[in-house]
Amino acid sequence: MDKIQLTEFIKSIGQDLEVKEGKQFIEVTVPPAKLYSLAKQLNLREEVRFDFLFCLSGVDYGNDLGVVYHLRSTFFDHVVVLKTRTSDRENPQLDSVADIWKTADFHEREVFDLLGIKFNNHPDLRRLFLDKSWGFPLRKDYVDDINIVTK
Amino acid sequence: MEEKVENITTGEQEEYVINMGPQHPSTHGVLRLVVSLKGEIVKSLQPHIGYVHRGIEKMCESITYPQIIHLTDRMDYLSAHINNEAVCLTVEKALEVEIPDRIKVIRTIMSELTRIQSHQLWWASFGMDLGGLTCFFYGLRDREKILDIFEETCGGRMLVSYNCPGGVMYDLHPNFQKRVKDFIKYFRKILPEYDQLLTGNVIFHERSKGIGKLSLQDAISYGITGPSGRASGFSCDVRKHEPYSAYDKVKFNEILFTEGDTYFRYVARIQEMWESMNIIEQLIDNIPEGPFAVKMKPVIKLPEGEYYQRVETARGELGVYIISDGNKNPFRVKFRSPNFVNLSVLNHIAKGFKIADLVAIGGSLDLVIPDIDR
Repeated sequence: MDKIQLTEFIKSIGQDLEVKEGKQFIEVTVPPAKLYSLAKQLNLREEVRFDFLFCLSGVDYGNDLGVVYHLRSTFFDHVVVLKTRTSDRENPQLDSVADIWKTADFHEREVFDLLGIKFNNHPDLRRLFLDKSWGFPLRKDYVDDINIVTK
Repeated sequence: MEEKVENITTGEQEEYVINMGPQHPSTHGVLRLVVSLKGEIVKSLQPHIGYVHRGIEKMCESITYPQIIHLTDRMDYLSAHINNEAVCLTVEKALEVEIPDRIKVIRTIMSELTRIQSHQLWWASFGMDLGGLTCFFYGLRDREKILDIFEETCGGRMLVSYNCPGGVMYDLHPNFQKRVKDFIKYFRKILPEYDQLLTGNVIFHERSKGIGKLSLQDAISYGITGPSGRASGFSCDVRKHEPYSAYDKVKFNEILFTEGDTYFRYVARIQEMWESMNIIEQLIDNIPEGPFAVKMKPVIKLPEGEYYQRVETARGELGVYIISDGNKNPFRVKFRSPNFVNLSVLNHIAKGFKIADLVAIGGSLDLVIPDIDR
């Protein structure tokens, strides 16, 4: 499936998805409520079979917190990028995809540890690198007077 | 008295939790595993990591792109050159810089030398984990020869920092070609000795065959890449699927097995050393003439956007994801490090095996802890 067909296919799954062709990959912006069902569809549908989640990154966009999923199909070798954002900085919550791709387990724990995004239905959501006394260091508003030198 | 006897029998039924690490010789770094045992059998294990967490991703947000390269050495210190290359390729891709062939060939040769020396150290320590101390001396003896080549050209032995955006730091040393050829000639004779020492050893077979099986579905679902994934039949070699540098010009085989146990993870790495030598031999005599670096602007600013580059390190797929807002510092850098992902499967494949096998399974995944913690 080439890029145009893939774009059409993803558009056919959900009506309110924002699909655009980025510099490298097809980028899909999806509201948090629709994320899990879209991920499940992309993983299961015979036409696309996105079975390899090769990168999951949490991003602090300033106002919003977001998560970026890089998916690849080992059958067809095509790639799609899912992006989701939440504007709730106090108690950000997203749905976990750890039951679809098992690699998401550790990745989501890392995002929870460094950005404070909670993943619903995650099998074991604990902090990974840091202990409870830390804030969330990858957030842009994280303050550490001792270790971060601002010029 | 009767009560006491009963206690002993019920005691065997109970789960027993022991702490392995963070200073355990077989974890190769500060990795702590909390292992639940029933008798000798591993019921489950929890990795506790973060002892060498330096916040490299956060640090990257306040430094410039050429500075980031020097931090990536400190992630997977055995694939230092390949990590550097990943960042350079991302920056070059973003700036759409055309890289001359000479640089591509130099980078490819260096990457393959890095892969060989990494596998040599892995072989050395894996042998030692299983009780073969001789392996350690053999492996380190041969690795030293590559480190000497690095020292002569790059100035550094392990943390080479030889790449820079647009090329490499210095031109090749005049001795480089001769020394690499000498090394290949030497190592082609020595590598069969590795097989004689360990691969055909009956005790080694008993310790590794059928231990820690990973199926293809699980390998993909857990995202296990590199030789560990390819031993399970997961075709994930970035050099084949998305060739970068000079990998599209060379012929080599992707090592694939289907069994996915400790023994085949071992064989995959040994075979990869042969393939790496093939790649170097194809390139070493035809290094094109030309500059060793393209002139770049003194302050590198990436255009606004997102860039993703993946490379094949000695342990698997390293992804560099840079979000730029147009400044000289990146907005966000994410390193998808292979070891972090490979560690996540340890609980799954070590379940049901003896605690002594856990050492073998952990060794066959070839974990480097600073790359997990970043």
